[in-house]
Amino acid sequence: MRERLYGKLGDRIFIAALVTLGGAVMFIAALMAWELWSGGAKAFRTFGFWGFVFGREWNVITGQFGAWPFLVGTVITSAVALALAFLPSLAAAIAIAEYAPRWLGEVIAYLVDLLAALPSVVYGLWGIFVLVPLVRDRVEQPLFLWSAEHAPALMGLLGPPTGIGMLSAVLVLALMIVPYASSLARDAIRLVPREQREAMYALGATRWEVVRRVVLPYARGGIFAGVILALARALGETMAVTMLIGNGHQLPYSVFGPAATMASVIANEFTEAEGGLQLASLLAVGFLLFLLSLVVNFAADWILRRMSVGEGHE
Amino acid sequence: METLRMETRDLTVYYGKKAGVRGVSLPIYDRKITALIGPSGCGKTTYLRALNRMHDLNPIVRIEGQVLLDGEGVYASGMDPVVIRRRVGMVFQRPTPFPTMSIFENVVAGLKLVGVRDRDRLMGVAERSLKAAALWDEVKDRLHEPAVGLSGGQQQRISIARALAVEPEVLLMDEPTSALDPISTQAIEDLLARLKEQVTIVIVTHNMQQAARVSDYTAFFLNGDMIEFGPTEKIFTNPADERTEAYITGRFG
Repeated sequence: MRERLYGKLGDRIFIAALVTLGGAVMFIAALMAWELWSGGAKAFRTFGFWGFVFGREWNVITGQFGAWPFLVGTVITSAVALALAFLPSLAAAIAIAEYAPRWLGEVIAYLVDLLAALPSVVYGLWGIFVLVPLVRDRVEQPLFLWSAEHAPALMGLLGPPTGIGMLSAVLVLALMIVPYASSLARDAIRLVPREQREAMYALGATRWEVVRRVVLPYARGGIFAGVILALARALGETMAVTMLIGNGHQLPYSVFGPAATMASVIANEFTEAEGGLQLASLLAVGFLLFLLSLVVNFAADWILRRMSVGEGHE
Repeated sequence: METLRMETRDLTVYYGKKAGVRGVSLPIYDRKITALIGPSGCGKTTYLRALNRMHDLNPIVRIEGQVLLDGEGVYASGMDPVVIRRRVGMVFQRPTPFPTMSIFENVVAGLKLVGVRDRDRLMGVAERSLKAAALWDEVKDRLHEPAVGLSGGQQQRISIARALAVEPEVLLMDEPTSALDPISTQAIEDLLARLKEQVTIVIVTHNMQQAARVSDYTAFFLNGDMIEFGPTEKIFTNPADERTEAYITGRFG
């Protein structure tokens, strides 16, 4: 039976091609992990794996390297950007899929998707020339002056109001991930069966009640998948963040002050890495970023499976 | 003497330029079962959905003529479709349990819309509605499990219980048994006979035997026109129109 099914020459070539290509993808992923691990091995050996992960000092002069400031920076910027982007993304998705007239929905959807097509260096430039001055003059300096007068204890938390720093990076990052969260949420909302909506309308629900009680719960798997995609994008975003975050390694970070993420430190220091240990440490940071993305994806997959709503089974 | 619960006068429903239902005048008597029969595409579902303003959700649909509920115009200005749908409930062709809700939450979904939060009251309504839908004994020990875990017939009775929970005056049923097996169909037909003591029922059915078994009045639709309306017994034994006779004797449709 098996031979008959797969016996034809065309089938055999097709299957061989599939196996080769599929295997190549897995091989490359494994090779990447291995390369990062072995490249960073020197750093892990020198400081110990956990010593490197939790090491707070990153000092080229003294040869002390620890990834903790960048891990913290990555997690904080991504989490805050996601928190900022989530509601607007969902709101845009609901507006497009449920409320806007069809033509207007298409236009908005197109514009939102366009945000994903812009190269991140363009976001970085826009950030430097438009957002940074705006944030500095309109947000950071007034807040800083206010706190200097009324709440000096806050000044350390706020940090220097230069515009270049965590706040600007997070704002741009939030803008960049909106299309990812929004387009998946939009598709999920559109896929909610008409029967489900009508069943709720028939009970005397208003449009908003239908959205809140039927559409969003039914679409929650897709909405969550969009959130995870956005998070993955935020964790790895390099160019725009590097241009805006100020690249400071000193924990604790302040709200306005310079910070760094795993991706930004690699981009910043890779070309000028001095000595084997710094290079190894950067590769080790890369390995940790790889690991973090992997953990996020596995966790997401696990949650998604429990959240997804399929067709009702018999 | 029968009392009117609903009535349509010269009701026409347009999909764009095309009329799905033309000039239908029909009485719907209180606490009786009115069956709408006819071949596929004859307009019976279109007519049904005009009764609780479900067509409002589709912007290309236009309604002419009158639908009266207790003498008031359902489409009169100032009538809120949300209120109409609370008074005129609906059960669909396919069971539509809300998949993220438990059995209990499904049944009380309509009450939560009107702001009922009291747990004891919700539980009381759930029990009463599930008993009315002949489902209580089967689900009383697993009210908090997901409703999608039930069989198709049970899911359809959940949909009925959910519609009954808001105590509608009229219950519209759009081929409620067409997706079900014969045993579940039997359960729902038995249920209808008891339900009509409390609620006026309009049922669309493809199944003529079903119409003959459960209904008090029958209206025969063909190509968007209402051909004949009368007591079910008369329609099935002595129809006035030859097209009705042709349909019920199985010569077309």
